[in-house]
Amino acid sequence: MALLSIDQVTVAYDKVEAVRGVSLAIEPGQIVTVIGPNGAGKTTLLGAAIGLLPWRGRMSFDGIDLRRLDVEARIERGFCLVPETRELFGDLSVSDNLLLGGYSRRRDSAGLKQSLTDVYGRFPRLSERRDQKASTLSGGERQMLALGRALMVKPRLLMLDEPSLGLAPIIVREVFRIIASLRELGVSILLVEQNARAALETADFGYVLETGEIVHSGAASALMHDPRVTASYLGGHHDAGLEARGPKRMSGPGGPRSEEGELR
Amino acid sequence: MNGEIAAILAMDGIASGAIYVLIGLGLVLIFAVTRVIFVPFGDIAAFTALSLASLETGGRPGTVGLVAVLAILATAVEATALVRNRALHRLPRALLFYLVLPLVPAAAVWFAAGTTLSMPLRIVLSLALVLPIAPLLDRIVFRPIADASVLLLLTVAVALHFALSGLGLMFFGPEGVRTKPLTDTVFDVAGLIVNGQTLLILAASIAFCGLLFLYFEFTIQGKALRATAVNRIGARLVGIRPTSTGTIAYLLASLLAGISGVLIAPVTTIFYDSGFLLGLKAFVGAIIGAMVSYPVTALGAVMVGLLESYTSFWLSAYKEVLVFGLLIPVLLWRSLSFSGTEEEEAEE
Amino acid sequence: MTRLQFRLVSAGALLLLALAPALLSPFSITLLNFIGIYALAVLGLVLLSGIGGMLSFGQAAFVGIAAYATAWLTVKAGYSPWIGLVVGVVLTGLVAAILGAVTLRLGGHFLSLSTIAWGLATYFLFGNLPMLGQYNGISEIPPISIGGYALSSSNSIYYLIWAFLIVSLVLAANLLDSREGRAVRALRGGQVMTESLGINPFRVKLITFVIAALLSALSGWLYAHMSRFVSPAPFDVTVGILYLLMAMVGGMAYLSGAIVGAAIVTLLKNSIQDWLPVIAPGASGQLEIIVFSVLFILLLQRARSGVVPFALRWLPRVQPTPPLAAGSLEHRQQPERGQPILTVAGATRRFGGLVAVDNVSFELIAGEILGLIGPNGAGKTTMFNLITGALPLHDGKISFLGRDISRRAQRQIARAGIARTFQHVKLRKTMTLLDTVLLGTYGRTRSGFFAGVLRLDRAEEARAQAEAMRQLQRVGLADRAFELAGNLPLGNQRLLEIARALAADPALLMLDEPAAGLRAAEKAELARLLEALRAEGLSILLVEHDMDFVMGLVDRTVVMDFGAKLCEGTPAIVRRDPRVQEAYLGGVA
Repeated sequence: MALLSIDQVTVAYDKVEAVRGVSLAIEPGQIVTVIGPNGAGKTTLLGAAIGLLPWRGRMSFDGIDLRRLDVEARIERGFCLVPETRELFGDLSVSDNLLLGGYSRRRDSAGLKQSLTDVYGRFPRLSERRDQKASTLSGGERQMLALGRALMVKPRLLMLDEPSLGLAPIIVREVFRIIASLRELGVSILLVEQNARAALETADFGYVLETGEIVHSGAASALMHDPRVTASYLGGHHDAGLEARGPKRMSGPGGPRSEEGELR
Repeated sequence: MNGEIAAILAMDGIASGAIYVLIGLGLVLIFAVTRVIFVPFGDIAAFTALSLASLETGGRPGTVGLVAVLAILATAVEATALVRNRALHRLPRALLFYLVLPLVPAAAVWFAAGTTLSMPLRIVLSLALVLPIAPLLDRIVFRPIADASVLLLLTVAVALHFALSGLGLMFFGPEGVRTKPLTDTVFDVAGLIVNGQTLLILAASIAFCGLLFLYFEFTIQGKALRATAVNRIGARLVGIRPTSTGTIAYLLASLLAGISGVLIAPVTTIFYDSGFLLGLKAFVGAIIGAMVSYPVTALGAVMVGLLESYTSFWLSAYKEVLVFGLLIPVLLWRSLSFSGTEEEEAEE
Repeated sequence: MTRLQFRLVSAGALLLLALAPALLSPFSITLLNFIGIYALAVLGLVLLSGIGGMLSFGQAAFVGIAAYATAWLTVKAGYSPWIGLVVGVVLTGLVAAILGAVTLRLGGHFLSLSTIAWGLATYFLFGNLPMLGQYNGISEIPPISIGGYALSSSNSIYYLIWAFLIVSLVLAANLLDSREGRAVRALRGGQVMTESLGINPFRVKLITFVIAALLSALSGWLYAHMSRFVSPAPFDVTVGILYLLMAMVGGMAYLSGAIVGAAIVTLLKNSIQDWLPVIAPGASGQLEIIVFSVLFILLLQRARSGVVPFALRWLPRVQPTPPLAAGSLEHRQQPERGQPILTVAGATRRFGGLVAVDNVSFELIAGEILGLIGPNGAGKTTMFNLITGALPLHDGKISFLGRDISRRAQRQIARAGIARTFQHVKLRKTMTLLDTVLLGTYGRTRSGFFAGVLRLDRAEEARAQAEAMRQLQRVGLADRAFELAGNLPLGNQRLLEIARALAADPALLMLDEPAAGLRAAEKAELARLLEALRAEGLSILLVEHDMDFVMGLVDRTVVMDFGAKLCEGTPAIVRRDPRVQEAYLGGVA
């Protein structure tokens, strides 16, 4: 049984449908990625899955209908989100941020202590800055703190929204190494990324979301070599992505090149 | 005015300032956690004083009826919400929290009516009676619109104040009360006569500020409250329920307001509607603290007390005019010193 | 419903109002008088709070200032009530201007809290000033007389009250349909949006605040001479809340809501006073307060928009008349092609520990489309906000058309010729497309509040409307000019924002991620539009994440990563740069 199953889900702001009839599934232990351009509805989809946005359709986590769980109940069951905006507690210290990450397990003080040691072991940088306010951290440190705070939940499914956002390449590499290593802890991951190559290299399975709809899906390795995906998102092995002009991402049955002239 | 009068006025001012500090801190706490500017907060203090006075005379405080009405309303609202969400299994819990627990102190008072209780017991009972009022109001009035704008919540809070003052008159009647002094001791400090009551007010105020600080710094619940205040979405994402932290904030703040009611009751005559001005003066302090800073709020509240004390000596008729008029230069200063940062906040 | 039909219905309603004293009992006329007086104050509140977004609990204080002014002048100093009117209005206006100047820069709820504070201070002042009779008030106020005829009966003052009300209503409607009125309606869109249109939101707020106070002053003057007695109680914050309740019941966003709300609440109050003593003898006073407060809370919880919008759904709409092409506004001489138009030198901006923009420099040449690209989080939007003045620079210098704009306010930069759109569309959903684009012409037109209220702005307004229609046509939305902006799909909303920006006749158009969330056909349409604009000599700065869209369109592009400029050049050069490959495409492999 899928750990998270999303079936024909639609999310609308006022009258604008940002996500339309999206279906996807994540098996236990899997890393699944959703890639797509800005404004495609990726963040909206995660917001609905965690329960921050109203949605229509069917969603279940570990067999439980998600309509029955509010955000906090999802967290208690180990389903959590690291949003694109991180949502750290800026006025609180790094160690308090982590401590509060374990709020849903606050009665298990021994387990929390262990998790805290683990997180500091994984991110030594956070350990050095444990008494600093979160708002004074740099971009990379914030992302580590957000990840660390989520790990304090002891997640079974972690949804990561743009973990590479605003980070220097060397830190991006580090972040993806950590994501890959989480799998060994038995954590399943739903990864939303603009850095399509890194995402597909890390993931088992991928979906491509465009203007609110899934347009391609498949094993990550297959998507890596799918010409429709490489052209739009991966830049090919030369510089095809940068050379590409015209709205190829929207490639309909007419094929990508046909629209090129219109854009010129 | 000579030095002695000045010192006496300063003492008075600091004492009433200390009362405003307790209420002001509660206001900031509620606002930070729930975004509600709880205008009827002063009423909580006044109702505590009225309950205490009623217990003193062996009567049955109007709070019993008030809490009963609110508990029934809150239970009805909660039950309706549960039925609508098909979550009937949570009904027993709801009954416990919205009906049984709030009514325990009320029932105790009901049965104790007529017997003479010791002073500490009276104080504890009147605090316990008043504590459920704000959380129940939160459930009935604010939680259905928790996502509304601060302005809408403020408007509701103002309307709620008028409903409460009407209810106050119904349940407590129009008579003013003054309770027995908590202590009769008088100290002589360097030739100045200082009331024990004044010192008690100061000590209590300082002690509770200290306790509040410890709670925020060293307990996970206190930190969860701060986290909710800093970032509600972030709080929800680690499993902190804003509704629960909201209830804790209301309870804590009510405790502060209740203490201030107990402290002020022997010094001033309290009527059913005295809470409004009490609360609004504390507000002036809270606004000086921009509704976010606890220390600046405390300082502001003491300033309000001092201003009030000195103006009542010179221009007693215009005391209120000056206290509320003071807000205008304060706001001017705020608007000049904060105009830059506000834009940034809008952008973030 | 045509315009003629609307006029006939209005005339019929006026006739009924005029005949009312002949048809209704004196008591009903007294009620109508109260409704009229309340409606005047509530009209101000609707303008201020419902339309302008500044929530005030203190409106009753302004009613009181004028009422006391005229009471004191006529009773204690023996002047005519008309002198009382002039002094009352001037005094109220002055007090409002001072209070507004001090408090209107404050964020939303601080402003509202301050209205409670000065509302209370005024109440206590009335109650304590011996010259105003303290809590006993001032009695035996003379009636208003016109040409020797004293309006002492309720039937005679009725005409004066309703004449004042109807004239005020018409003038307020004129205002909302003018240049400054649109600015008032735009206030709720937030500081960044209004400033980007060249509007000074503080000035607009202050004038709206004073206008609302003046309407209250009229109400207070009429009240004093109708009831012939003033005391502090009717000007307390409690009454301020009652006014707010009236506005809310009627419909905060509609001028007519003032009359509807005042009528409903007054009649309700009257009937409650009839039946409460029957069910609860002895306690009716406080029960009335409880009933109204509970009603108010329920209304705020469940039906915030009020009666008028609900009723409007069932009433026929007045057909709008499309504006005739009538001349045009002056156009700017675009700078010569090839000249640098925008120069950014060493721009730096920090947020706490983050350096969002780190020492970035580039130039934009007149007549070109310059792309500003980079991965999400690279600092593009911050750079955008630095240029438009939405954020202050921490270091560096930005000049536009040869002038240093680094320290300029956002609206000054907008007026200098930089128009922008927003990544997250900022439109007022309840404004029509035409009104939205008209907002763009704000910086090119001159008519002030006075001209708008008195309809002296029609010639300029016609030119502005013609210009707005032209811009709507240009983006292909002209046939929907009278629809509401909120009903458009996202793609069209973005085009509408561009039309609004173009209506400002900019030298530089700045677009923040205009293609995000658009479908293929919409993107192609947008690209065509931008190319046409470039052909007309407009310079464009395009911040975009979508590489395909950018590379096919721009002349040159600047690449940002991690807050710093990585490189710049033609698409061909940038495309070949290995650093761009690494940063943009993710060199994790």
